[in-house]
Amino acid sequence: MKKQTDSDVAVIRIQNLCKSFGTNKVLDHFNLELHQGESLVVLGRSGSGKSVLIKCIIGLIEPDQGSVEVLGQNVLDLDHVGLDKMRTQVGFLFQSNALYDSMTVRENLEFPLRRHSINLSQEEVNKLVMEALDSVGLEHTVDLMPAELSGGMRKRIALARTLILKPAIILYDEPTTGLDAITSLEIIALMKSINERYHTSSIIITHDMKCVKLAADRVAILIDGKCYAEGTYDTLRQSTDEKIHPFFQ
Amino acid sequence: MLHFPPLPENTRLFLRDTGEMSRFIGRFFVEGLRPRFEVAEFIHQCFAIGYKSLPLIGLTAFIIGLVLTMQLHPTMVYYGIEAQIPAMVGIAIIREIGPILTALIFAGKIGSSIGAELGSMKVTEQIDAMEVSGTNPFKYLVVTRTFAAMITLPFLVVIADAISLYGSYLGVNIYENLSFHLFYEKILDYLFFMDILPAFIKTFFFGFAVGIIGCFKGYYSNKGTEGVGRSANSAVVVSSVAIFILDLIAVQITDLL
Ligand SMILES: Nc1ncnc2c1ncn2[C@@H]1O[C@H](COP(=O)(O)OP(=O)(O)OP(=O)(O)O)[C@@H](O)[C@H]1O
Ligand SMILES: [Mg+2]
Repeated sequence: MKKQTDSDVAVIRIQNLCKSFGTNKVLDHFNLELHQGESLVVLGRSGSGKSVLIKCIIGLIEPDQGSVEVLGQNVLDLDHVGLDKMRTQVGFLFQSNALYDSMTVRENLEFPLRRHSINLSQEEVNKLVMEALDSVGLEHTVDLMPAELSGGMRKRIALARTLILKPAIILYDEPTTGLDAITSLEIIALMKSINERYHTSSIIITHDMKCVKLAADRVAILIDGKCYAEGTYDTLRQSTDEKIHPFFQ
Repeated sequence: MLHFPPLPENTRLFLRDTGEMSRFIGRFFVEGLRPRFEVAEFIHQCFAIGYKSLPLIGLTAFIIGLVLTMQLHPTMVYYGIEAQIPAMVGIAIIREIGPILTALIFAGKIGSSIGAELGSMKVTEQIDAMEVSGTNPFKYLVVTRTFAAMITLPFLVVIADAISLYGSYLGVNIYENLSFHLFYEKILDYLFFMDILPAFIKTFFFGFAVGIIGCFKGYYSNKGTEGVGRSANSAVVVSSVAIFILDLIAVQITDLL
């Protein structure tokens, strides 16, 4: 059963996005839309430019050409104040978690709260930190260092840090890579519950077919820098196209 | 038409790195002088950088002062000028050995730790994570660390000089009885303000070199854990060479004055 999505409203609209590194053409006139409330999975082989794509969305990588609209604003036109503001509404879960090694879990979670010039009292900050940890079920780790956590716990803390600003959109960069099957399922369940609880829209990048099957409302396949195909999991799985077929084996 | 052969790979890489380094230094001044200033992180780094290297620098300074005196002693006795040992050691330490030795140890300890820290932050996307959390990572990481290295090294050198001279005082006392007061009196007889000032000023540049090179190597670290090790390693090598070159320039300038 697919969840109801309000498919008219596009929260992210990517048009003709191009990006090359030297002679390496990574994205080549890529087009994609993410609708309100939807979970969109982007599939692609390793090195096909999936991370580059979502880094363009959040303004970490500047594309050579094309436009990226997030919540109605063109990312390329934003100055750094505008970018910061946009980034409070778009959460990013990094492929390698990106937890700050030199800080405790609490300081990691406080970092985005304190740095985005939002005025919060210490009490409010504490409350938000505990709330975010609660939603990933790891309140007891609040005073530990990231190095003391397991891989799955680190991923969940990273997710808590992404959630803490209550973003409208979350970009997940390979949320289950490197985790065992059971932990992967836990993370997927967590992503779904977050989606329902906070009504977020999300782009999920993955090669994990279980994740695609469980989490995707819609799937887009990135091949040769283009959005090669899109559709639901079931329609794409039945595709006989020789480039799409291998993903679903 | 003139035809130039392509540059050898090493030369090309060297020129490219030099260019990137110059851009990095330019960016340091542009971003460093523009608000917002990361004062809390700067103070934290001063403490981390200065305090952490103090024991090591203190120990080496003490040993160098002591050993230098003991090594000089036989020769000075041979020429019958052992009374000049304090002056000679004092000038050697304050003008040259104190600054250069402290800076080299500082490069080994702090340059490598900055290189490794920023390198691993780079490869695990922590620098990107800072950027999406409303923080300019260049200001937060590079500017604070470089300024902190620049400010703390001169103070470490002053402390190292003092400890070194105390080591030398103990060295003199192995052979004869000399009061502490007399020892310093003898040094101050031969030491002038113009000996101390250039030595002090050049240490700011040494500190700057260690900080900016460590940051540069870390910030542009290659993917993978191997890249982190290489950043740390080349941070030490390059900043040590830079210290010697800066020292050479500083001596030439002082000579002209
Ligand atoms: N900063 C960069 N400089 C140069 N090349 C880059 C840079 N970032 C990415 N690339 C190149 O872009 C291509 C796509 O990289 P990307 O990280 O997006 O792959 P990916 O699809 O996320 O792969 P994976 O599944 O392994 O994470 C790669 O060939 C990579 O070498
Ligand atoms: Mg990737």
